[in-house]
Amino acid sequence: MIAVIDYDAGNVASVTKAIEKAGYQTYLTKDPKTIKNSSGVVLPGVGAFGDCIDKLKKYNLIDSILESIESKKPFLGICVGFQLLFEEGYEFGIHKGLGIFKGSCVKFTPNANQKVPHMGWNTVYYTKVCKLFDGIKNNSYFYFVHSYYTDSDDNCAAKTDYICTFTSASQKDNVYGVQFHPEKSQILGLKIYENFCRMCEETC
Amino acid sequence: MLAKRIIPCLDVKEGRVVKGINFVDLKDAGDPVEQAIIYDSQLADELVFLDITASYEKRSIMIDVVASCAQNIFMPLTVGGGIRNIDDIRNLLKAGADKVSINSAAVRNPDFLNEAVKIFGSQCIVIAVDAKKVNNDFFVFIDGGRKAANIKVIDWLNEVQERGAGEILLTSMDKDGTKEGYDLELTKLVCKNSSIPVIASGGAGNVEHIKEVFEIGADAALAASIFHFGEVSIIETKKYLLQHNINVRI
Repeated sequence: MIAVIDYDAGNVASVTKAIEKAGYQTYLTKDPKTIKNSSGVVLPGVGAFGDCIDKLKKYNLIDSILESIESKKPFLGICVGFQLLFEEGYEFGIHKGLGIFKGSCVKFTPNANQKVPHMGWNTVYYTKVCKLFDGIKNNSYFYFVHSYYTDSDDNCAAKTDYICTFTSASQKDNVYGVQFHPEKSQILGLKIYENFCRMCEETC
Repeated sequence: MLAKRIIPCLDVKEGRVVKGINFVDLKDAGDPVEQAIIYDSQLADELVFLDITASYEKRSIMIDVVASCAQNIFMPLTVGGGIRNIDDIRNLLKAGADKVSINSAAVRNPDFLNEAVKIFGSQCIVIAVDAKKVNNDFFVFIDGGRKAANIKVIDWLNEVQERGAGEILLTSMDKDGTKEGYDLELTKLVCKNSSIPVIASGGAGNVEHIKEVFEIGADAALAASIFHFGEVSIIETKKYLLQHNINVRI
């Protein structure tokens, strides 16, 4: 069973729906016990970095998240849920993140041709082999919507070009993170969830 | 490279897709959930869903329809029409919408926009601008095109960007449903003065119109009738655009 962390962050139901569509069982939960007993954990994210961290604190979820990561079961952060895995975020003030990946998350500066938010379908190219992308061609399109990005290359698995070249996926041991929304990326997005869930099953 | 987006739009009235000309004279165009599933499989880049009756009593029907659509598609879904307060937004997001499109409520009370952005984030708040040319200048209309807001499009555009809107859904009332092509003058004006993405809407009659509107700077093109009535599929449209060096996802 895959635990999707429920902390009032936007449209999280679309994440559970995508996991179910990929053929796996999932729970939207903020219960530490359910998270502990899961075979893998997904941290979704829609909203501002600081707000999200505050909500994780409010629901006492930080320890559960860190324990899951230490337990070596697969962990997947999505969008702001990915950004939270870095040391710091600069959205509406400076906020401390979970520090699994080194580096911080900063705001895009728009230019004459490239607007902010970075909104729409953009290509993702690999910088290393990562199981999350099994069976997905290099340079495939995924759906992005964000104004902040990580300027860190720490454990980078894939990059995307928009305004600058930025890290669009990272992976360190059992921890995976993607800046785009697989649950909004049609067939290839479902493939990401299928790959992740398969890893969860293999681990437990 | 970021792809230009093709966005089919479902105008929904009492649970059915309809399509009008210049905002009136409605014609039935099918079941919204069935249409949404077809567009998802045709690689539509997003879906926009507009509740064109948008009266308070009909709201619950709309929430159900949004929920059944969201349940069956895996692309971003924007819902608009009659959104008046924070609870309306929250209920639509809960039903599975990713973004909401607001027009009249933001014009009547611009602070509502700031409040919505603060709670849900810029990426979630689309400002719908229904524009019409009056005495050689473009003006904003509200209440489904029935009422002049007496604000110039360009002034409103600056204001909503300052207040944190994440995207503009720009509809030309003069061109809507005519199939004569997008209002290129209006779209150019808005794209040139916008630092947030612009979805052009109103007037698409063929694939060439879509190409034209991308060439003048639109980030996304919305169309209804040409897709609903099967005149052209989204995939065919994208193939045509690729042949003409416009970057779309296929």
